Amino acid sequence: MRKKLIFDSDLLTITLQRLCHQILENHPNFSETVIVGLQPRGIYLAQLLHAQLEQFTRQKIDLGFLDVTFHRDDYRRREVVARASETKIDFLIEGKNVLLVDDVLYTGRTVRAALDAMLAFGRPAKVELVVLVDRKYTRDLPIEANYVGKFVNTLESQRVLVELESQGAENNKIWLINKE
Amino acid sequence: MTKLSQRHLLGIKNLTTQDIELIFDTAANFKEVINRPIKKVPSLRDVTIANIFFENSTRTRLSFELAEKRLSADVVNFSASGSSVKKGETLLDTVNNILAMKVDMVVMRHASVGAPHFLSRHIKANIVNAGDGTHEHPTQALLDTFSIRERLGTLSGKKVAIIGDILHSRVALSNIFALRKLGAEVLVCGPPTLLPKYITSLGVKVELSLEKALAWCDVANVLRIQLERQQIKYFPSLREYTLYYGITKKTLDNLKKKIIVMHPGPINRGVELSSDAADSHHSIILDQVENGVAVRMAVLYLLAAAN
Repeated sequence: MRKKLIFDSDLLTITLQRLCHQILENHPNFSETVIVGLQPRGIYLAQLLHAQLEQFTRQKIDLGFLDVTFHRDDYRRREVVARASETKIDFLIEGKNVLLVDDVLYTGRTVRAALDAMLAFGRPAKVELVVLVDRKYTRDLPIEANYVGKFVNTLESQRVLVELESQGAENNKIWLINKE
Repeated sequence: MTKLSQRHLLGIKNLTTQDIELIFDTAANFKEVINRPIKKVPSLRDVTIANIFFENSTRTRLSFELAEKRLSADVVNFSASGSSVKKGETLLDTVNNILAMKVDMVVMRHASVGAPHFLSRHIKANIVNAGDGTHEHPTQALLDTFSIRERLGTLSGKKVAIIGDILHSRVALSNIFALRKLGAEVLVCGPPTLLPKYITSLGVKVELSLEKALAWCDVANVLRIQLERQQIKYFPSLREYTLYYGITKKTLDNLKKKIIVMHPGPINRGVELSSDAADSHHSIILDQVENGVAVRMAVLYLLAAAN
């Protein structure tokens, strides 16, 4: 198994700051904006962004976690069943600007399911997508991210592995892995 | 990434402890779903489920139907009264005819022990046992244990007393299997005529005195006297049964600790449980009903994925 490092800890810090500034540019007033992290792995990035954005804006920002397992369109078509995680959204997203956060954008099916799942909590005014890694040329659906940490050219046989300290890893590192 | 070890839910006996834990974890997620403003998820959008009830039911049937609808499944209902069963059609023929209309899952209640097991050997669809005679009622046991776990955090080492008509109760048998698999201690309590002779071989204690049973337990699961299944007299009168085995608020208040009171329904108020006990803070009967929908959603969702 060959591994290639695409983010190390320092680069990740810089990239997160850039993403925050880009987001702030488009959201001068953060009172109508909420952050929703996608379970299971988008929530760690969402927490990191949330902490930094609260620091920058000096105001409280709503943070929620959304699990899309029950909304997936590939359920019953896959060999393994995805295990559901907790959905925790304690606020209504009716009329809000939603920042949807996930770690890797690949086929776009998770994001499609998330757009569907979100409707149970109200109709958002606007939805934007933040991802750390955008795997180019792999999309099954017409979905693109608004804020991207890094574009990566990948093959279908490759996998992106995200290791974050908040997930229990030693260092913040993101790898590109070749499956044999 | 996990799967049930079974294609059908015929009884708790066939489930592994991991299966039960998986159902609980999934049910907890569905409980969050049914408390949202919009309670529906599209998971089973292309699945058709037939609810086939050869025996009367209100709660179980309604609970299954709601669970199916909240998962966006297509639902057909069938009850034996007013159907061709009265004209002499066999069980297998009835079900095969329903399946010929492209049904993916069958939820069945039947008065005969083993009816769903028999079906599972002959048809392709997933089968969920919603009660077979005096044998098993797996979803009830799952929702009972789920409700206890929700209250007490765990089942391991907890003491559960099952009180009443153990002999005719499928709820009792399924509960005993589930509780034992999850590491709880189980005691059955009731008139000696309503306790099966070899019940201790399932690893449960037997107690004839209600006071002693209540003093021992953390949870009391109270069962109804199933007069409709009793062909002979097992005790002199209902009044006498109530005198010895009826639970009132006073009995509960006199205990040294607070226990949880459960009942699978329907309650015969004033027989096994007095009205003030059923409506007291001890009782989690309505939580059981709410959890029933979430647990059944989890079971249907996981079985649909098992194909």
